[in-house]
Amino acid sequence: MAVLKVTFTKTKRDKLAQVLWILNWVSVVTGMILLSIGFFLKVEIQRRQELMSNREVYSVPNMLIAVGHIACAINFLGGKICYDCVDTTKFLRWKLLMLPYIICTFFFTFCLLAGAFMCYAMRHELEESLSIGLQDAMRFYKDTDTPGRCFLKRTVDLLQIQFQCCGNDGFRDWFHIQWISNRYLDMSRGEVTDRLRSNVEGKYLSDEVPFSCCNPSSPRPCIQHQVTNNSAHYNYDYQVEELNLWPKGCRQALLEYYTHIMQSIGLTVLLIWLFELSVLTGVRYLQTSMENVLRQGDPDSKSDGWLLENSFAETARYNFNIIKNLGKCYQVDDDPNIDFQTPTQPGSDNVPPKPILFAT
Amino acid sequence: MVLMKMKFSFQKRVKLAQALWLLSWVATIGGAVTFSLGVFLKTELQRRSEVMDNTEIHAVPNTLMIVGLASLGVNFFAGRMCQDALDPSRFPRWKGLLQPYLAVAVFLALVMLVAIVMSYAMKGNLEASLKVGLKNGIRYYKDTDTPGRCYQKQTIDQLQMEFQCCGNTDFRDWFEVQWVSNRYLDFNSKEVKDCIKSNVDGHYLVDSVPFSCCNPSSPRPCIQHRLTNDSAHYSYEYEAEELNIYVRGCREALVSYYMGLMNSIGAGVLSIFLVQMSVLVSLRYLQTAMEAVAGQENTEMETEGYLLEKSVKATAKEFTDKVLTLLQLNQVQAVEGQAAEGQAAEATPEKPVS
Repeated sequence: MAVLKVTFTKTKRDKLAQVLWILNWVSVVTGMILLSIGFFLKVEIQRRQELMSNREVYSVPNMLIAVGHIACAINFLGGKICYDCVDTTKFLRWKLLMLPYIICTFFFTFCLLAGAFMCYAMRHELEESLSIGLQDAMRFYKDTDTPGRCFLKRTVDLLQIQFQCCGNDGFRDWFHIQWISNRYLDMSRGEVTDRLRSNVEGKYLSDEVPFSCCNPSSPRPCIQHQVTNNSAHYNYDYQVEELNLWPKGCRQALLEYYTHIMQSIGLTVLLIWLFELSVLTGVRYLQTSMENVLRQGDPDSKSDGWLLENSFAETARYNFNIIKNLGKCYQVDDDPNIDFQTPTQPGSDNVPPKPILFAT
Repeated sequence: MVLMKMKFSFQKRVKLAQALWLLSWVATIGGAVTFSLGVFLKTELQRRSEVMDNTEIHAVPNTLMIVGLASLGVNFFAGRMCQDALDPSRFPRWKGLLQPYLAVAVFLALVMLVAIVMSYAMKGNLEASLKVGLKNGIRYYKDTDTPGRCYQKQTIDQLQMEFQCCGNTDFRDWFEVQWVSNRYLDFNSKEVKDCIKSNVDGHYLVDSVPFSCCNPSSPRPCIQHRLTNDSAHYSYEYEAEELNIYVRGCREALVSYYMGLMNSIGAGVLSIFLVQMSVLVSLRYLQTAMEAVAGQENTEMETEGYLLEKSVKATAKEFTDKVLTLLQLNQVQAVEGQAAEGQAAEATPEKPVS
């Protein structure tokens, strides 16, 4: 009982071959689109690599690049095959290759699906990576004299200005770290030494934020020092003041930005997956109908095309048996040099059945 | 005295027509490019219109847009004309149209040249406009509660951050203006009272700048208050400090940005102008060469083509005469009519004598 059998006349077969040829070239283009999407994502992540703590986030763009390459190659080959399928003599060249090609492409579509899911699943990893990365960046904000960290101040300032955010979760993160280097602290002043002494680790902590946290939309000039001290500023209530500093944390801002990109990419990959699957179905029909035509002998006659010759269960059982027998094929039952006491039955031969590949 | 005479064999005429067809398509694309460059420049100027005092500089993109659109039409017709040019039966159709067409096309090319010159020459105008616009912007920085000016603060802050500049000429402009609103000044504080009393107009002037002047590349946290006071900050020397705040003035930054934009656009439009002129010259040669062929039996004979039939002076005189005649046409007709009536009145009394 064939699965989804369709009858093809000669003209229908030719049309199918031509349409599939065009669709395969379109798929090559979508493969290149996947490739460029992968590169774009890689570049975007690399731009902020100073704020990300681990390299695992690179797995998604690398996967997309690899899948894009394979898609281009597979569909290029598919285009060639379909082009030759119009002519039965040329089809003979590809006959043996087509089935493995279809199986490979089928498994490849699973890779595409995996790529799409990875795009959506990366969010959690990204959040962790950003959280640790931002924390480190803020900690090393003051180390503008340490080689390797001297540009972190600029990076964090530009990040806060561009993404309109302040700190990791909020502006209070700046209160818990010393972001003013000791080089610029006047140790002779009582105020400074008091603060240093009052802290367990000897750090200079204060309720100040860098200038990059300031919100230009605020109606009053930016208050960045003594942010929590209402009496230090005229007509100021820090609980009520919303526009003075950026309210969002940078982790959330970056996460939103990357999630938005990833969602669009994931959707594109899903659409490409659907397209590839439909092209693959067409190629399968073409293959089965061409083989049936050859079996019938008359190249102009009608033939049937199907997805599977027998039902799903039968095909699965058949293949399972083949795989089992594959294992038995190389057992040493009939090695003439070894003397086995095997019980023989009349009329049976000791030659094991030849393994037959996935029959069409 | 014919100007720039050239002999054209039949083959040369054919080649000229083909080259003209190609050039006219290139010039059409050039016209479209000119238009889009004009649109781009206009949008860029519009984005910063709040810090510009007048819109005179918009003459440059407006001219470019008009010229681009007009040259699209002109070059399209040039292409159509040269398709018909080689066929002596179809060419006479265009005969009457060609002279005014060429006049209009030359005029358009001149306007393009004027636009190119303007894009280089209007620097002074732009600078003056920005000077006044930025001065006002800085003056109204504190007026975030006045309708019509409430977005000046945000505009100036974002401008300074994006163009990495501070103040009009430089950061000292902020010292001369009260940029902290009275709403946020504690008039009971001694410091504020002293500051206001020491100033003639009663303004609160300090040597501080807004946060948007801060340079993120500075190794130390930004110092925006008491800039000129070395003792107010540890290990700080105001004269030597270069990275703390942006040293460039916003007027200079904006002028260099826009001049860079207009110079590149000017260079592009100049090359399009050269293509346009070559289209017009080729069309003129083709026209004159084909006119000599008209009426002859042998259409493949060699003819002469020229740019102007008479010398430049004579042609200019002829052209102005024609234009004047056109304008005075009605006057001349009225005068002639009166003269004819006068002659008829004189003639009739003589009849009874003979």
